[in-house]
Amino acid sequence: MSLTLLNVIFAVVVAIAFAAGNAAYLVWAERRGAARIQRRPGPNINGPFGLLQPPLDGIKLMAKQLLIPFGADRILFIGAPVLAMYPAIMSFVTIPFSDAIVAHNINVGILMIFAFASTGSMSLIFAGWSSRNKYSMMSAVRAVSQAVAYEIPMLITTITVVMIAGSMDLMEIVNQQSASILHWNIFPLLGNSHNILMPVSFLIFFTCTLAETNRAPFDLGEAESELVAGFHTEYGSMGFGLFFMGEYANIVIGSCMTTILFLGGWSCPFGLFPGVWWFLLKLYLLIATFIWIRWTFPRTTIYGLLNLSWKILIPLSLANLLFTAGLIKVF
Amino acid sequence: MISSTPLTAGPALFSVDGLVGIIFLVMIAVTVIGGYIACNSQRLVRAVAGLIVCFVGVAGLYYFLNSPFVAMMQVLIYVGAVAVTISFAIMLAAPADQEKMSQSSILAGPLGFCTAALLAGGFSVLAIKTQWPVMDKINDGSVKKIGIQLLTNYSMVFELISIVLLIAILGALVIARVRREN
Repeated sequence: MSLTLLNVIFAVVVAIAFAAGNAAYLVWAERRGAARIQRRPGPNINGPFGLLQPPLDGIKLMAKQLLIPFGADRILFIGAPVLAMYPAIMSFVTIPFSDAIVAHNINVGILMIFAFASTGSMSLIFAGWSSRNKYSMMSAVRAVSQAVAYEIPMLITTITVVMIAGSMDLMEIVNQQSASILHWNIFPLLGNSHNILMPVSFLIFFTCTLAETNRAPFDLGEAESELVAGFHTEYGSMGFGLFFMGEYANIVIGSCMTTILFLGGWSCPFGLFPGVWWFLLKLYLLIATFIWIRWTFPRTTIYGLLNLSWKILIPLSLANLLFTAGLIKVF
Repeated sequence: MISSTPLTAGPALFSVDGLVGIIFLVMIAVTVIGGYIACNSQRLVRAVAGLIVCFVGVAGLYYFLNSPFVAMMQVLIYVGAVAVTISFAIMLAAPADQEKMSQSSILAGPLGFCTAALLAGGFSVLAIKTQWPVMDKINDGSVKKIGIQLLTNYSMVFELISIVLLIAILGALVIARVRREN
């Protein structure tokens, strides 16, 4: 009993530390990456390679006063940043980093992560509405339409993977891909899918992850050129910090899900030494791709964003679902 | 999860059954408080927030009843989709500082109280008088079992619910069309 309790406390501490640490240092990675792409030095003064920048920024943000604008809804205004951070921390409970490193594996793990991820857009709504600022409000409306539009193709694509695996258990899905690199779900030839459209599924899923985490080129919710700073215009201090960290924690979750569903989780490409390091390698390569995409592509328009989802990704993912179901029926 | 202790005896507070009971009561409290906020708040967005708290409490009850799948679907559909859609509609339709309209008649209070008292009394009598059998788990609550049940025994119910949704969509379209023509 006490051992279980210790396990629970350990898991909670590690989950929060991992989420917060990643969020803090991904900000640093993003600024360095942006600097490299724009051919300028990034934050490089504090510590070696500017590695002390995130804790210093944290101290600065925490030392500032939290201003609540006149006429704002106090409770929702303070609650919204908390809501931005919690889905990511909750999701770490069930994400398996290797066959041993998982806090609590439940047999509907995929569903749990998507359930909590879908509540994340509530934070944008509450932040945008409670700020009593028309830019925040417009940003919230955009964020909702975006979240609803991209959740559908994302879930449909996940259903195709679940149909192939025959399980919603994340451990089980990874175990089925663990034989070699050709058994990963992204590759159609070997493995248990034989589904020629799997690379398309991967592309749809990755695009939806970009959109769901409000990343460029889909960051219409915080388009600086149109909406000042979007839903967090009125936030300063650590309220803003939590929104910022929540974005990066969500990116980590999205990349974890992509790794598990399509890239074989902790399995090694050559069948050697499977373990948590392969998981982390794939995870950070995906996150680097996120940063790379952000500083390479310009922002789309809101119409382009919604058209991409409703007119291209949803029909494509539905066709993919039907095709996969047919393949499973035939073979 | 189902305790073998009879209800009258009551388990000790720090036994497993007692802690489980506390979690159950917390979930019920969350549901009731959420419902109260949803009904009584002056601002519509706060009412939506209360509704979300209520949904989360219900999801906790489902999890408590050994069906994590239904609990997760509750969060995914009701919080992630329904509440988001409701708040979307509120933000598009109502100005931010609109207060709840109070144009109800004098009779509304007493009549509402009577209805609530009747319902509460009826349900309490029903709950106390019924012999509740302690049931075993019918199935493991897995996705496969639920899917098979939905498409065989309960397929009619399943289809009827979708017709209700269709009617709701059509009704919304009709109302919107009338407004636009005016």
